[in-house]
Amino acid sequence: MKSYSLFKKDWQSELRTRYAVNALAMFILVTISVVMFSIGSEKITEYLTGGLLWVVIFFSAMSGLSRAFVSEEERGTTMTLQLIAAPSTIYSGKLIFNLVLVFLMNFVITFLFSILFPSFIIRNIGLFAIAFVLGNTGIAISSTIIAAIISKASSKGTLYPVLSFPILLPLILTLLELTKFSMDGNSIAGSLVEIAVLICYDVIMISASYLLFDFIWKE
Amino acid sequence: MINYSVDLNNIVKYFGRRLIFNGINFNFSSQNIYGISGPNGSGKSTLVKIIACLISSTRGKVIHKSDGNIIDPDALHNYLGFVSPYLFLYDEFTAEENLNYFSSIRGLKFDREYSNFILDELNLFERRDDLVRGYSSGMKQRLKFAFALIHKPRLLIFDEPTTNLDNEGKEKVYQLIKNEAKKNLVIIASNENSDLGLCSQVIDLGKYKKTV
Repeated sequence: MKSYSLFKKDWQSELRTRYAVNALAMFILVTISVVMFSIGSEKITEYLTGGLLWVVIFFSAMSGLSRAFVSEEERGTTMTLQLIAAPSTIYSGKLIFNLVLVFLMNFVITFLFSILFPSFIIRNIGLFAIAFVLGNTGIAISSTIIAAIISKASSKGTLYPVLSFPILLPLILTLLELTKFSMDGNSIAGSLVEIAVLICYDVIMISASYLLFDFIWKE
Repeated sequence: MINYSVDLNNIVKYFGRRLIFNGINFNFSSQNIYGISGPNGSGKSTLVKIIACLISSTRGKVIHKSDGNIIDPDALHNYLGFVSPYLFLYDEFTAEENLNYFSSIRGLKFDREYSNFILDELNLFERRDDLVRGYSSGMKQRLKFAFALIHKPRLLIFDEPTTNLDNEGKEKVYQLIKNEAKKNLVIIASNENSDLGLCSQVIDLGKYKKTV
């Protein structure tokens, strides 16, 4: 409940300041436009559109998800949070906020892909939905803890993608594989290993995040 | 009446190789006002942050007790009210929204009546629905006192409490500090004689600069 209150505070703050939403919306529009211009009238393969989808998602996440902690640090309200809630409450609240943001962002990106790229055809929607949900959860969990780490650093903009890349790489590679399977129309039963990898990734990342956050949060 | 105490056991703080203070042993107990003084750079803010468990000491322990029971540092925010110049509230919310969110994040039901009472005491009631962005620096400082008091804490730490306040604001704050000290523990870090004049005991950090 306390975490939900923190999420509500962040959401209300986001609606008033548009700190992350504007950056995300602009990034999504610009990236998809650049991809479309570079493709031109060429016909690209299905697999390539699947790959491009996760490239756009990865870089969009890099541009918007660090804001959860960076905005607090820039406004000087980090101490205010430390004075009103336990570290676990703060991490949970920020995680809920990033989860909502990631799901909204990725729904928009996937929707735009499906209408703008004719070769982006998903034959097994159920499998893609599982990959989408587990992948978004993993991106949100990892991005939240990395945002907490980099919020106190001086070169935040550079550090965030640099730190995120090795941490998100196993997730993105598995998501690419599952997207390919869902484009091929493979069954869920035939993709259980990749789904298990995603579940393990999410569980490991959330456990590690809760264990590490106390040390990151306190000076 | 809940008895609140803070024990400082041999507190040492270094920033890199620079010694800030060494060997501070002190016991704070409720219904008292304590002062922490010292020249600029002597570590007043550092010491209050260590007491509030916002930063850790290089050596030594800070033990908070409520009625003899040791308080876990992760639960300290339930007992602590803190005001300082380096504390910022949310500019995009009104005063009342700020207090409402702070209560709910703490897991408390927002007490509008008490909130109105505090805001009235601090001469902010008429402006409670205005965004904090539009407040003067003195009003923001007064709102920090509402932030510190909204959850009825047992320990109040005021670092430079009268920064940016006019004479009327200072009087309000002094009255509020005296009222709180009747039942709670108050610690003030300041160099202002008028602030330190409220205190029953003062720790002079200039005396804790020697390495052993």
